[in-house]
Amino acid sequence: MSYGIRTAVLGVVGLGVAFLTIPMIMGFQRPFIETVQHGPRGVAMGLVYNKADEAKTAPANQVPGYLPALPPVGPKASVVYKNVQVLGDLSVGQFTRLMASITQWVAPAQGCNYCHNPANMAEDSKYTKIVARRMIQMTQNINQNWSTHVAATGVVCWTCHRGNNIPVNYWYDTPATPGTDTHMGFAAMTPGKNHPTTVSRAGISSLPSDPFTPYLENAEPIRVQSTEALPAGDRSSIKQTDWTYALMMHMSNALGVNCTYCHNSRAFGDWAQSPPQRVTAWYGIRMVREMNVGYMDPLAPVFPDYRKGPQGDVAKVNCVTCHQGVYKPLYGVSMAKDFQELRTVSSSAHPYTP
Amino acid sequence: MAMLSFEKKYRVRGGTLLGGDLFDFWVGPFYVGFFGVTTLFFTIIGVAMILYGASLGDTWNVWRINIAPPDLKYGLGLAPLKEGGIWQIVTICALGAFCSWALRQAEICRKLGVGLHVPFAFSAAIFAYFSLVVIRPVLMGAWGHGFPYGILSHLDWVSNTGYQYLHFHYNPMHMVAVTLFFTNCLALALHSALVLSTLNPGKGEVVKAPEHENTYFRDIIGYSIGTLGIHRLGMFLAMSAAITSGLCIIISGPFWSRGWPEWWGWWLNLPIWH
Repeated sequence: MSYGIRTAVLGVVGLGVAFLTIPMIMGFQRPFIETVQHGPRGVAMGLVYNKADEAKTAPANQVPGYLPALPPVGPKASVVYKNVQVLGDLSVGQFTRLMASITQWVAPAQGCNYCHNPANMAEDSKYTKIVARRMIQMTQNINQNWSTHVAATGVVCWTCHRGNNIPVNYWYDTPATPGTDTHMGFAAMTPGKNHPTTVSRAGISSLPSDPFTPYLENAEPIRVQSTEALPAGDRSSIKQTDWTYALMMHMSNALGVNCTYCHNSRAFGDWAQSPPQRVTAWYGIRMVREMNVGYMDPLAPVFPDYRKGPQGDVAKVNCVTCHQGVYKPLYGVSMAKDFQELRTVSSSAHPYTP
Repeated sequence: MAMLSFEKKYRVRGGTLLGGDLFDFWVGPFYVGFFGVTTLFFTIIGVAMILYGASLGDTWNVWRINIAPPDLKYGLGLAPLKEGGIWQIVTICALGAFCSWALRQAEICRKLGVGLHVPFAFSAAIFAYFSLVVIRPVLMGAWGHGFPYGILSHLDWVSNTGYQYLHFHYNPMHMVAVTLFFTNCLALALHSALVLSTLNPGKGEVVKAPEHENTYFRDIIGYSIGTLGIHRLGMFLAMSAAITSGLCIIISGPFWSRGWPEWWGWWLNLPIWH
């Protein structure tokens, strides 16, 4: 090879290497990290956080200032206002405070008129008001009946909404026509598989992109790990395992944790060796299922089309809707303790029927 | 152990790294040297500490004996003896013994007037261990990130550390290291098979020389790396495998705290198709 050709070849190869190496190196993090031990010493059960990464997560997970709680004195809301179906037992002062708080949490830009007709506040003409009422019932149900997951911390509207009409993270059914969908330039193949998913779905792995319909709406069995050394009785397929791992990737990204937060990987399936957080997560899966089946899906006739997904379904809840990258939403600060009216199901609330 | 008649003439004093002739003698076939003594010193203390640690544990089952590092709360400080201090002493002893061994290798090289390739290659293995129990724990701020000394317990550590990054096979340096280990294996298999084939010809054939070895590979793939080259390649592959293994654990945590599959976002975000 002549000198000129050799230089040209080296130049092209060099440019190619630089083209790949620079974004690759930029992809790493700076080495300032924080770790949380999560098991006995020496078994590498623990959480690893990058401080620069956390500095980005923290501001989005703060508790806003809110109005102080009021004593239950004065006339009841159900007496003073018309069509108060859920919060009628509150005093007018308490009721007004909650309405103002919901405005701050869900519709700070639009104000009261996002849900109410200003000419007649009692009227149910706007779909948002019907949805809001059902969401208040859902919040009460979570706080009263799902302390297995939300503990005494509880939830309020802000936990998910964070000042948005619709929480930032939700999911729709995905179109599953093979070969027609493309994502980031890659052709989709078998249902939702073998093309990169989004971070919040399955951590940009090539696992199935919709682990939510089977597990967080339907009640498909999740556990695929064998509980014995030899392949004797476990009939779980690779495909089932892919779906389960996709859900696990979602949970991991949603909570900002790794697998060891809930599992000791030497025996994934063994409850006795698992951290107690696995129990909390087990209830969380069932709680989210109830939120989707008992509250979101039945609201389908209420939501207008432009609020629905490409398959015509309503927006649904998954782990990231609430957690937003933090294993205790809002870093474990309880807002519900100052909103007792959201902690118990109002007497007139509809019970959940699956 | 038997010694060949001419070996004695290579047993020359001097050429020690520290100068002087402290412990500059042989015991039977073994060269002792200053670093032989330090190797022995660290080994005896380290093994004694492991036995002491085992005696504090609840089992003498050799598979289940576990000398665990301290809790993370001790950071980079010293931990109480029974709460990880033993692990810290064993780690110091292990590094002392491994480094002494490498230096003893270097002294033997100097005595014989040969290159330092053997201690150089062995240093790659020391680097891999040093990465696991010093570099990464220091970068992560706690000795507790080191791995426990125990047959089953260190496997549990490896498993959980892998799952701390969701799917460790997506670690780019782990990919390179695994590739190098397999390639190393392939090269050694091909090399050993080739040498044995020329030295064990069929009945009635004479033993063959490197010309046959070269011709064999030129016939198969059009190229033979040569008798010296194959050993350069072997050393490169073996050392690279150990060094990239060390790098793959150093980047896990200090330079990437999330799942390794997610790291590959840079590929999806390349401007060609993004």
